[in-house]
Amino acid sequence: MTRARGRIAGAIGVLGELLITAGLVLGLFVVYSLWWTNVLADREARQQGERMREGWAAGGTPAAGPRAFDSGDGIGFLHVPAMGDGEVLVTKGTDPASLNGGVAGYYTEPIASALPWDEQGNFTLAAHRDGHGAKFHNIHKLADGDPIVFETKDTWYVYKVYETLPKTSKYNVDVLQPVPEESGRTRPGRYITLTTCTPVFTSDYRYIVWGELVRTQKVDAERTPPAELAS
Amino acid sequence: MYGWIWRHLPGNAWVRGAISLVLVLAVVYVLFQYVFPWAEPLLPFNDVTVDGEGAAR
Repeated sequence: MTRARGRIAGAIGVLGELLITAGLVLGLFVVYSLWWTNVLADREARQQGERMREGWAAGGTPAAGPRAFDSGDGIGFLHVPAMGDGEVLVTKGTDPASLNGGVAGYYTEPIASALPWDEQGNFTLAAHRDGHGAKFHNIHKLADGDPIVFETKDTWYVYKVYETLPKTSKYNVDVLQPVPEESGRTRPGRYITLTTCTPVFTSDYRYIVWGELVRTQKVDAERTPPAELAS
Repeated sequence: MYGWIWRHLPGNAWVRGAISLVLVLAVVYVLFQYVFPWAEPLLPFNDVTVDGEGAAR
């Protein structure tokens, strides 16, 4: 009898230890998602961004042919003072593999993004809210009138936020339309759309911010930031 | 389980403690390097794009 009871007690003990272990592993997963992926992604994005700036300084462009510098698919940097300091590298595509590199991606599908230098259209971007650089973590701090500045090799594109949509379905691809009617605009123009997931730490819904181009400014020799970024 | 591992480690308490630490670090390394990166895309925490109903994600 004692022997059988001892065996049951032992089995319960092992079960308890397994449950404790499972708890610790889940805790570690949170650490991994919210901290370690940021460390990795920030490092990767910084290196990629530096390569692109070096390429700019050397005078090459990504489209200059096979002998051009390797900038990946980067096209420029996004500066959003309301989301905190720092620049966000923007690359082509929104597949997880590229977004996990701590960048914002411009959409190629389901609706292809326009690019800032296009005559008109919607420059549509996605980035992570948490983990993997969390580049759009503070998207909820953006209010109407806040500047969004996109920096390319030779031009600053200054956008102003005019509408936000704090919660929408992830199937709502219409927010990416060249003329995003949901934002209240009905005429073609030069728009920018930021998308990320919401609420924080989950991805049940999508958070959308729309802006429109106010002006552009040539980059000077010192790369002096436009007035909107001076603070 | 952990008691069983502890009893089967060689050496005195200090040596066992050191070996345990190395084992724990090895497990954490394997989790961070291989297991979590594999598991993460399978969990619905980090989709940020809008896409159509037909999309894979």
